[in-house]
Amino acid sequence: MSITLKHISKSYGELKAIDNISFDVKEGELFGLIGPDGAGKTTLFRVLTTLLFADEGNASVAGFDVVKDYKSIRNSVGYMPGKFSLYQDLTVEENLEFFATIFGTTIEENYDLIEDIYVQIEPFKNRRAGKLSGGMKQKLALCCALIHKPKVLFLDEPTTGVDPVSRKEFWEMLKRLQEKGITILVSTPYMDEAALCDRIALIQDGEILEIDTPKSIVNHYPKELYNVKASNMYQLINSLKKYEHQYSVFPFGEFVHYADKRSNFNTDELKAYLESEMLSEILIETTNPTIEDVFMELARE
Amino acid sequence: MMKQENVIEAIGLTKMFGDFTAVNKITFEVKKGEIFGFLGANGAGKTTAMKMLIGISIPSSGEANVAGYNVFTHAENIKKNIGYMSQKFALYDDLTVKENITFFGGIYGLKRKEIKTKSEALINELGLNEVANDLVGSLPLGWKQKIAFSVALLHEPKIIFLDEPTGGVDPITRRQFWEMIYKTAHNGTTVFVTTHYMDEAEYCDRVSIMVNGKIEALNTPKKLKEQFQVDNMNDVFLKLARG
Repeated sequence: MSITLKHISKSYGELKAIDNISFDVKEGELFGLIGPDGAGKTTLFRVLTTLLFADEGNASVAGFDVVKDYKSIRNSVGYMPGKFSLYQDLTVEENLEFFATIFGTTIEENYDLIEDIYVQIEPFKNRRAGKLSGGMKQKLALCCALIHKPKVLFLDEPTTGVDPVSRKEFWEMLKRLQEKGITILVSTPYMDEAALCDRIALIQDGEILEIDTPKSIVNHYPKELYNVKASNMYQLINSLKKYEHQYSVFPFGEFVHYADKRSNFNTDELKAYLESEMLSEILIETTNPTIEDVFMELARE
Repeated sequence: MMKQENVIEAIGLTKMFGDFTAVNKITFEVKKGEIFGFLGANGAGKTTAMKMLIGISIPSSGEANVAGYNVFTHAENIKKNIGYMSQKFALYDDLTVKENITFFGGIYGLKRKEIKTKSEALINELGLNEVANDLVGSLPLGWKQKIAFSVALLHEPKIIFLDEPTGGVDPITRRQFWEMIYKTAHNGTTVFVTTHYMDEAEYCDRVSIMVNGKIEALNTPKKLKEQFQVDNMNDVFLKLARG
């Protein structure tokens, strides 16, 4: 196992940031921690990168204990924190050189690992890091986290606030790093990115809701799910919410995702009800649940 | 049906910074009560365009009317008739919920009495009675966003501008937030929203996508998906922005 956590808990005063968390990440796996702000993702990263002691439990990374062998862990992991962590007043090249030097290596030695990322920012190598765009900062931070050829890479919300194009490119880079044998633990609040991971842990309020492959997680959704649409979205939501047989009602883009309490649910009946609510252009069709549907289902339990 | 009035009209709106054209002749309109999504990659010019529309940046050329006022000549009137909320700055963490409401009510020029009534109504509606005297900083992010949204509506603006309002919030809270948006639009307030969540773009009545300073697409999410022959807004965005 590349990463192992056993019963890890950490509180800040009264607040339980993470509560009895256990899971394993296999060598070479791309593992996603999926959850909103305040779920405990960053605390987990800090424990695993030896920046914070857990109150309870134990954990190891790349075979090293996070407490006893903290120095070895620091040499064998790369960490890209959520907040931009580079030196704003140093140039792109200076930042990279700095990180290579403190890890006792050189840019040249591990250049093959960062090459296809670095070439994208190389034209700006004399620009100060503080003057880079969001997407370029993110690429530089990734290069700096990789320059000592880590066995395990920790990425805390690397794509937050980044537009869809840069996000897609970033995930393509992660896939290529994974092919080079690096284990990756990545956190994100974007549920659509979950599908790109080998396995994911859904996390909320310091607790793990579920761990599995994205496919299995979606398959575990317990209900038949329907897309419902009508002429007036606001009224549709209100009408569905007061329908006595509704199990869950969540707006999902142009549709509302609807689940019914009954096992013998008949869409005609719902349609008739919505018509009696003065709604028109009603459409009801079955749909496949997404990770987000599962997350919401688990979070309400 | 009656012709819907426009609350935002921009014609050839342009902003230059030196030689760089940040916003390049954008023309569009937004109707009363519409939920309008304003999308674009980082650096595409969204923020600059929005700053012109809310009256804090003077355009280099073009025309725009917002909430009935001209952006060149009546920027101050625009500010009084719109609400603004962003994820980065919304409320003062060191003030209580009540103090925040009072403060922003005052900024928007509401009378003391009005502030008191509206403050009570808002606290009741959001179910915040128990935390009304707690510091905002101690509340969960989702609550803060709902309060910030309501505060931005205190002075009953014609348009509310939401600048990436829901980042990082859990999926259930995000949906509660969108239900508030639907309600606001249903009551006739126009909602102008920027977001990086392409699934959120699907909630909007119409969506515009900026690429390199220009609006390259503008339509309902359904029609955009048909036009680009894809099944979600993320793919529409990728097709456009990647050229």
